[in-house]
Amino acid sequence: MVYKSPNKGMTVIVKTVTRLTLAFILIYGIYIGMTGGVSPGGGFTGGVILALAFVHIMLAFGKEAALRKLRANTLRMVMGPAAFIFLLGVATGRVPEEIGAICEMVIVGTGLFAIFIALVLASKSDRNSE
Amino acid sequence: MIEIHLVLIFMIAAAVIAVSVKDLLSSVVAIGAVGVGLAMAFLLLKAPDLAILQLVVEILSLIILVHATTRQDLPFSTSGRWLFNTISTLFFVVVFLMVAHKALKGIPIVGASLPGAVQPIMENVPAKEETGNLVATILMKTRAIDTLGEVAALFTAVVGVLAISRKIGRTGGGNGL
Repeated sequence: MVYKSPNKGMTVIVKTVTRLTLAFILIYGIYIGMTGGVSPGGGFTGGVILALAFVHIMLAFGKEAALRKLRANTLRMVMGPAAFIFLLGVATGRVPEEIGAICEMVIVGTGLFAIFIALVLASKSDRNSE
Repeated sequence: MIEIHLVLIFMIAAAVIAVSVKDLLSSVVAIGAVGVGLAMAFLLLKAPDLAILQLVVEILSLIILVHATTRQDLPFSTSGRWLFNTISTLFFVVVFLMVAHKALKGIPIVGASLPGAVQPIMENVPAKEETGNLVATILMKTRAIDTLGEVAALFTAVVGVLAISRKIGRTGGGNGL
């Protein structure tokens, strides 16, 4: 891999660029998610871009920094209510569309980032057992 | 329609390379080329929504595949090949800009022409719902079950992966999950 170890992160160039561009990536993901109705995009795409922003943090700064920013319990606490509100909106039809789009974005973003965290931790435990 | 055939030939060639090459990292890069070709095909078929989704998901899956296939440091040397690298980069940038210009010019304005399948749905939307965001209204009212299934599949995958990783975290000592 290009970077040395999963715990240390990449070089200082990558860290600086990540620090500069992270806010723009997050804003772009929220924009794609919120304006999905009238322009290309949507909640799913915006959520994937948000997950990519956190994957970016994890690849550049290492696993510990990303997990310090977004813990697994926080992921669960955010994803559960969002899924519940989305289910409520589908069942009753009384939840506004914008809140539905935000909920879909949150579910997809946190879900894909959780899958990536789980894969990284699983591969690390594989390396320890070898 | 010649562009779509060129993109299809590119995708088939990349898929054959991905299957036949020995190195795993080269195979993963070829799979990424197939995905980018699919995004270009979506863009040429006037579906920019799917093109964005395909591109973003392709990047995420490429990161996961690279993370899964490479286990140690790879020799990362670009010395001695700078001429080839520069020429290929410029070539792909020019091709990307030309395809993007051609594809984005052909996309009609949103709402200018309705496909046949959407027409009865659009006519049956109640008048008080027509508050600018008609597509989101259709998404939440008419296609809600479809979106619910999409999100439910992802949610199930997440719950399963979190359950697996929780067991690993217990045996290997607490590390966040």
